[in-house]
Amino acid sequence: MPKSYLRQSALAHLHLEAHAVEVAGDAGVDLCERPFRGQLVLRGDCTDNAFRDAVQQALGVTLPVEPNSVTNVDQVSVIWLGPDEWLVVVPDGHEQAIEQELREALAGIHFAVTDVGDSRAVIGISGPHARDVLKKGCSVDLHPRVFGPGQCAQTALARCHMLLHQVNQAPTYDIYVHRSFADYIWCWLEDAAQEFGLAIIAQAPGASAGARAPESEPVVPA
Amino acid sequence: MLLIKCPWCGERDAHEFSYGGEAHITRPENPDKLSDEQWADYLFMQKNAMGPFLERWVHAHGCRRWFNVRRDTVTHEITAVYKMGDRPPERTA
Repeated sequence: MPKSYLRQSALAHLHLEAHAVEVAGDAGVDLCERPFRGQLVLRGDCTDNAFRDAVQQALGVTLPVEPNSVTNVDQVSVIWLGPDEWLVVVPDGHEQAIEQELREALAGIHFAVTDVGDSRAVIGISGPHARDVLKKGCSVDLHPRVFGPGQCAQTALARCHMLLHQVNQAPTYDIYVHRSFADYIWCWLEDAAQEFGLAIIAQAPGASAGARAPESEPVVPA
Repeated sequence: MLLIKCPWCGERDAHEFSYGGEAHITRPENPDKLSDEQWADYLFMQKNAMGPFLERWVHAHGCRRWFNVRRDTVTHEITAVYKMGDRPPERTA
C-alpha cells in the first residue's frame, strides 16, 4: 500500500531545481515553474448585481467584468475567461475552503463553481526580453501601450492553447497551459529564450498575484 | 494575417477562431414532419455566396463564444461583427 499520494508538479520530471540559480542575475529571460496553485472555474451572470456582490463577499476580490482583465487581492486572483466565466486562482490547499465560501455566498443564485485542480500548469517568465520570447509564438499584441499588468489573454503560444496573465511591469507573465502541454511549452520557451540569455529560477522572481509563499515544502518524490 | 474582431476579446488572429458556416439558418420546428429532402436541405445546403456573407465563428482559442460576422468571401473584408441572437447591422456602404 502506498503511504501517501506523491504529488508532482507538471514539470517535476525536468528536475528544474538542479539547473536553477539562486537569484535572478542579468539574464535576458528568467523562467520558472509556479507549481501547485489552487484553481477554480466560476460561472455565472455578471449582469446580476447579486452575483457580483456575492463573489466579492466570498473572495474579497471584485469580479473582473471587463474582458481580458484580472483582479487580485493578496494571493487570490480572478482571471476573466469569458463573459460568464472566470478562473479563480488561490493558494494551494485553500481551494476547498474557498469553493465552500463561494457556494454559501451564492446560494439561491444561478452559478457553477468547479475545482479544476492542477489541470493547468503555470510557467513564469520575466526579464527584459520576456516579451520578445512570447512574441515569437504569440499573435496577440503585447506592446505596453495595449497590454499591461492586470491584463490577460487566452490565445495560442507556439500553437498551444495558452492563458497569459501579465503580473507586473518588469514584465513578468504567468503562462497557464494545459498540464499535458507543459513539457512542450517549457522546451519551446527554453529554446526561444536562448539568444537572450536564459536563467532558470528556482523560486518565482518577485511576488506575484496568486503565487504561493510555501508554508511547507511540496512533496517531491525521492 | 486575417484579423477577426471578437465581440469580447477584440481583434485577434484568424487562427484562434473556428468557422461555423452560414448564420441565421433556423432549425425546423418539427423535424419529424419533414421529408428527407427538406431535412437534408436544412442540414447541408448553404448559400455559398460570392461577396458579403453572414456567417458564424467561434473564438476557439479565446473566450470560446460564438458570434456572427459579415465577411466578403472574395476579399475577406469583414464589415460587421455582432453577437448571437442579434440581427445583422444595416449596411452603411
